[in-house]
Parts: sequence; C-alpha cells; structure tokens
Amino acid sequence: MGRYLPGDSLVYRLDPRGKFLLTFYFVGIVFLANNVASYAFLLAFVIFAVFLSKINFGFFLKGLKPVFWLILFTVALQLLFTPSANPLWHWGIFTFSKEGLVIAGYIFIRFILIIFISTLLTLTTTPIEISDSIESILKPLKKIKFPVTQVALMLSIALRFVPLLVDETTKIMDAQRARGVDFGEGGLIKRIKSFVPILIPLFVSSFSIAYDLAIAMESRGYKDGEGRSKYRVLSWDRRDNIMVIFMAAVTGILLFLRSY
Amino acid sequence: MEITFEHVTHSYNPNSPTANLGLDDVSFKIQDKKFTAIVGQTGSGKSTLVRHINALLKPTSGTITVGDRVITPETNNKNLKPLRKQVGMVFQFPESQLFEDTVEKDIMFGPMNFGASADDARESAHKMIKLVGLDESLLEQSPFDLSGGQMRRVAIAGVLASDPETIILDEPTAGLDPVGRQEIMDLFKSLQQDGKTIILITHNMDDVANYAEEMAVIHRGKLIAQGIPQEVFNNQELLKEDLLTLPKSAAFAKELTEKGFSFEKLPITINELGTEIEQQLNGD
Repeated sequence: MGRYLPGDSLVYRLDPRGKFLLTFYFVGIVFLANNVASYAFLLAFVIFAVFLSKINFGFFLKGLKPVFWLILFTVALQLLFTPSANPLWHWGIFTFSKEGLVIAGYIFIRFILIIFISTLLTLTTTPIEISDSIESILKPLKKIKFPVTQVALMLSIALRFVPLLVDETTKIMDAQRARGVDFGEGGLIKRIKSFVPILIPLFVSSFSIAYDLAIAMESRGYKDGEGRSKYRVLSWDRRDNIMVIFMAAVTGILLFLRSY
Repeated sequence: MEITFEHVTHSYNPNSPTANLGLDDVSFKIQDKKFTAIVGQTGSGKSTLVRHINALLKPTSGTITVGDRVITPETNNKNLKPLRKQVGMVFQFPESQLFEDTVEKDIMFGPMNFGASADDARESAHKMIKLVGLDESLLEQSPFDLSGGQMRRVAIAGVLASDPETIILDEPTAGLDPVGRQEIMDLFKSLQQDGKTIILITHNMDDVANYAEEMAVIHRGKLIAQGIPQEVFNNQELLKEDLLTLPKSAAFAKELTEKGFSFEKLPITINELGTEIEQQLNGD
C-alpha cells in the first residue's frame, strides 16, 4: 500500500471502479496458482502492470516495508513447521524440508503479488476516486434500502479528516512535549501512559470538529444527498473494456497453467 | 537567557519533491529579559522559528544557542527536558492541550514532568490559577466544563506553572474578547517586568506597539527586519511593499500628515499619539 502519487499513464487513466474491482479480483485469483509456471505467469503480469504505470519500482518496494516482518514471520513458519516424510534437517519441533522450502517460496511470491497490485491501486488512484468507486459499486444496494449515499459521504469525510487529524496530533504532541512529556522513553507502561495526554485532547477536538462540520452542513441545507449531482464524473471507456477482457485472458491462461 | 540563531535553515521534507524551506538562513539575537515580538504573514515561518528554541524542531543547518545550550542538526532527542523546562511555550489555541480530569491536575502536569514534587506542583497550581485571573474554586472542576476563555487561561497557567525563564507565546489571545485580551497581555508584560524573557508571535500590531521592546519581521522564512518597534514601523520600504501593517495610532498619524501635521517619527501607541497631537496643536 502506498500514498497516491500524482502522475499520468494508462493505469492512471483507467476507470477507478474497474481498477478497484479488478484489484480485488486479482487478489482472489492469486490463490488459484498452484505451481511454478502459474506463479511465474502471475508475477510476469504484475511486473507488466507496474511497467505500464510508469511509476518508479522503488515506490512498490516501499509498500513492502510495513508488512516486512509479517512476511518474514510467515515464511519462517512455513520453512520450519511444514511436515514432511523425508526432512533435510530435523531438530526438536522444527522440520526443514524441500516441501517446506517450496511452500515458503509460494507464500512469499503470493505476498509480493498481493502487495504490489494493491500498491499499484493506491498509488494511481486518489482516495476520493476510491470512495466514489465504492459509492458507484454499491448503488444497486439502494433497492434494498441500503443508505449508499450516506455511506459514501461517511467515507469521503473520513478520508478528508485524515490529514486534519495528523496535523492536530502533531500539534498536541508538540504542546505536551513542551510541557515535559518524553514520548518513547522509559518502560512499556510509561510509554503507554504518555499517550493519554495525546489521545484525550485528540478525541475532544475530533468531536468538536465533527460537531462543527455537522452544523455547517445543516446550515447549508444538506439532506441525505438524494438527487445530488456529481463534480467528478466517472466514465467507463473502451480501454476499461480492454482491461476486463485482458484480465479474463489472464484468468484463462492461469487455469490452463494450473492443470499443466 | 539570551537566544541566538546562527544561519538557521529549516527544510520541511528535505530530499523529496514536496520539500520546502520553512526558514532560510536566519541569524539574530533575542535579548535576555526583554519583550520581543515576532511578526509576519500567515505561513511566513514564525511558528517554525520559535519551535527551534525548545528543540521541537531541529535546524536542517545552522545552530541555535539558548543560554548555554546549543542546538544543532545533530542534537538528539534525549535529555531535552532541562531545555524545555527553561523555555515554556504557549501554543496557538493552547486549550487543546488540556486532558486531565481536574484543572488542578492539568496545571500540575508540566511541573511534575519536570521533576517537581506533588506538593510543590500543587502549590504552584494554586498560585498560577490566581495569577491568570481565575478563582481557586475552579481547580476541582473538569477543564472541559469551563468556558473557552477560562480554558485558555488554565492552559496558560499550565505552562507558567513550570516557572520557565523564557516564555514563547504563539498568538496567545487569538479569539479572546477585548477585555480578556488586554488582561492576558498585561499579565505577560508583568511577568517580563519580574524578569522573564517573553517572545510573542502576533498579527496584532497594536500589541507589538503597546508591549514589545524589540521586534522581528519574518517573510517567507527570511528575517527581513529587526529592531525597536518605533524604528521598524518607520521603515518605509517594508510598509510600501505591504510586508508590515501599522498599529492603529501610527496609521492615524499617517493620515494626519495629509492634513498638515508632521511627525518626525510616527507615534505607535495611543499615548504617544495624544502627546504629539497636543503639542502640535498648542504649538501652532
């Protein structure tokens, strides 16, 4: 996952709804791969997609950073605990075998595939485009009285609040530091305690910002968003159709390689 | 404590496409036990500047000397407490720092962090609440039950309670009513007269004229003028370029010059203006 990076390429111009759904679809079909050929094919596809986005590869590697330890841990588990009839090495509860090595390799590639493709989505799609897509995708649920416009509004307000709360947190942390709080010093209990002077003011100010926002919206006549027109209009183009067909082809080839 | 900035540059997000200079080669001195005002437009770097004095921010290059403490880009985050005890800071809208369940505990928070005993901190809280013009009975209340103006005063008391030698004020009176504003400003002036160094960030030129002995003008991260307010407000270049606005009295005096008055130097406070007008009217 990464932060939106302003840019322009084919991947940027694709309809965000298509990108959003196909990213999830791809994460699903990653689990269909079961042999070297199918994993290699999916990896080639992801590298091709990264190439099309014209984004520096380094940004994708950065996406791995937050989950690095999770990957390492999972891979280590597979390496050491996969049961095997003829282990290469055995010590107490640990078993190291060829099967374990292969499974660990698959899991590692699976992580890479899923993280790269979702990083591709978040790097090339603004959060607001994603929330617009979710609204558009959920639209059919209106028939069963699901409050689609409200949910979409909640999403976009939540996204709008992120930078605001980051600023607010920095400000409060500075104020408490100036009053002698040392974050990240002392034992665990002391460290956890040192967050109380941040969290309480942060809650208080979030509530007051939310309250002000509600008043401001009501005073400008906001209703439930029914019949509201859109400033950003999503458009489904020929290239989006091509992307779907391309993805269908990828699935076909994958299914073929699977039984190969 | 004397505070010295030497070629201080601060860059936000260095080495990235969104890098921008918050401070650009700033060198100046803030004199001990004086009342110094720092003015400049929104986003000019005033707040960035003062955050260097208690090492909330560190310079990208250059050094800041606070008393005998030197802050450089290499200064690490350990052992900053003595510095932060000496340099108190009242942030913009400081009421957002309140968090304890009683006013008393909140005021005690700073001193206790700096190593004061609970008894000393409590004594200090009782002293400070009176100093900021609130009743001692408020000490037992929750800070969140107070009015906005009272919360502001409690937050200021919370900073003063650590007995800092230097007090930095970032627009401390923004959003207060005129009476509250003057009370708070008078309080800071009296603290200075008792031997504290006061650094005030403000957009209010009348406060500068009425309270400050020194002023510095910041524009786009650069220090463009420094001196006593009387002289800086007479700097025609700054006024022409709209980098500085005049206090009300000076603006009024300027209009009077078109009606035949003449001032050797623009009076900047209401008293100076009154005296000048009286003299000139009687002299004619």
